Amino acid sequence: MATLTLDPPSTDTGSPVNRGRAGRRSGLHMVGRVLLYAVMLVAAAAILVPFVWMVTSSLKNNTQVFTVPIQWLPDPVVWQNYLDIWTKANMTTWLRNTLLLSVVITFLQVLTGSFAAYGFSKIRFPGRDVLFLAYVGTIAVPWQAYMIPQFILMSRFELSNTLWAMIALQAFGAFGVFLMKQYYESIPEELSEAARIDGLSEYGIWRRVVLPLSGPAVASLSLLTFVNVWNDYLGPLIYLRSPEIWTIQIGLKSLVSQYNAEYALIMTGSVLSVLPIAIIFMLGQRYFVQGIATTGVKG
Amino acid sequence: MSATTIERPRAPGRRLRRRRALVGWTFILPNFLGFATFTLVPVLILMYLGFTSWNAFGAAEFTGLENYQRLLADSTFHTALLNTLYYAVFHIPLTLGAALGLAVLLNQKLRGVAFFRTVAFFPYITSIVAIAVVWNMLFSPEAGPVNQFLEAIGIANPPGWTTSTDWAMPAIILVSIWRDMGYYMLLFLAGLQAIPSELYEAARIDGANAWQRFRNVTMPGLRPTTFFVTVMLTIGSFKVFDLILVMTNGGPGTATLVLSQYIYDTGFVERDFGYASTVAIVLFLICIGVTVLQFLVNKRRDR
Repeated sequence: MATLTLDPPSTDTGSPVNRGRAGRRSGLHMVGRVLLYAVMLVAAAAILVPFVWMVTSSLKNNTQVFTVPIQWLPDPVVWQNYLDIWTKANMTTWLRNTLLLSVVITFLQVLTGSFAAYGFSKIRFPGRDVLFLAYVGTIAVPWQAYMIPQFILMSRFELSNTLWAMIALQAFGAFGVFLMKQYYESIPEELSEAARIDGLSEYGIWRRVVLPLSGPAVASLSLLTFVNVWNDYLGPLIYLRSPEIWTIQIGLKSLVSQYNAEYALIMTGSVLSVLPIAIIFMLGQRYFVQGIATTGVKG
Repeated sequence: MSATTIERPRAPGRRLRRRRALVGWTFILPNFLGFATFTLVPVLILMYLGFTSWNAFGAAEFTGLENYQRLLADSTFHTALLNTLYYAVFHIPLTLGAALGLAVLLNQKLRGVAFFRTVAFFPYITSIVAIAVVWNMLFSPEAGPVNQFLEAIGIANPPGWTTSTDWAMPAIILVSIWRDMGYYMLLFLAGLQAIPSELYEAARIDGANAWQRFRNVTMPGLRPTTFFVTVMLTIGSFKVFDLILVMTNGGPGTATLVLSQYIYDTGFVERDFGYASTVAIVLFLICIGVTVLQFLVNKRRDR
């Protein structure tokens, strides 16, 4: 399993004071360590219980989901739900739409975001800082506050009830510009300067010098955007009315209303909606953490 | 003659500057066009819409402060505002405490600690809909696992959770803490690791025990992070919506109706765009106010 890499290089050098007391402390140390692990295990179990329940319920017959006492392990293991759900619900359509949106929006966000971030961090021109302030300012404005005028605008452009609305909504976020700019500012100016002397244009510098150096930031932004789009519920709720353009979140919600007593089936849908994100997270969690840490600390 | 010699060094400078501005704008433009059209312009329109009456069919009609007067007398708006405050008052400190606790616990150099961090962060990246659906089942009053657990530890009359007027909001707060704490834990972990280890070393040599080290080294070192987390949590609390929408849809009755949902219901269900915008302006002002406050306090501290 991949690991969260936030640790700085080990600094535990064992000062003379520590070493002197080591004998007396080691016994106490062991007890403390065991206690720590116990606390961590209990916390982890508590955090994970809903997911465990979700998976086990999806592998049960419907009548076995709510039993007294709780039946933790499915007996027998029922795979039928995972076959039924494809015919009972439009899972294929929902997953296809969501995947399409996630990929397209992520691509556009990374492209326009990193391009704009270069303008904001590497080129000095009048009006730049005021413009950036407008970007930063909107991060504090919740989407819920301007969703109504935005909806009116989208309707005027006849984008409402199309997948284009979701692209317009999410592909040009301020967050991406912000994250990329933070990263670009850590790239030494001398590199661009040298390239400039070699006769590279600004576009060339972005393309051949800065972008190739910003792999980790691009990875962070891609993963965070992908997951955000995949999980978004409110945007699709407002803009995607026709069932054939529904995303997985809207679909899952409709599944809950339509089969409200088929608990095992609902849990199967939930597992299928979470699974792709869980896999992506396991593969790229380092970048999730770095992305959050860079945008978080500077604020 | 002399005029041209003065002019000559200046001209390329100006031309260069203009060229540079042009290049700068071309970098920003692709993103800015989308950003301005779908974020900046809507925010500006919002400010105007708040002063109009508009039911989505005719044209917006300017009505001055009428909407704001209606706001003052609107008891449903007051309920929504109070419910939002109720949520914020519990969600902010409890999430902060849980996140800080987790961060300190998981900042140890122990084998396997990375696995526990992953676990704590995992709820944050899973979708609200799936989470809300699962928790609704866990909270179901009759045979739900939560109430079975409570009965097993001797609580005779466990609450009805999302079906009860009194317990629906606590249920939502519990789920939201569970979901958000991993994210803020990451911010705290980054903050903890920015504290120089020499400070701990020095405190230890001075004979400070674990609690004293936490009080006098960790807490001051984390102050910028704590401040940022508080602001993010506050904005997040005031705009809370999707979790509630799926878990209780504002109910039972109006027990969990919050500002965002009131905007949504007024705007998209009743199609009263003008009045919904007025409520949205209130939400906007709260969030901007919190951010400006952060900025001012940060500035004063820097001095």
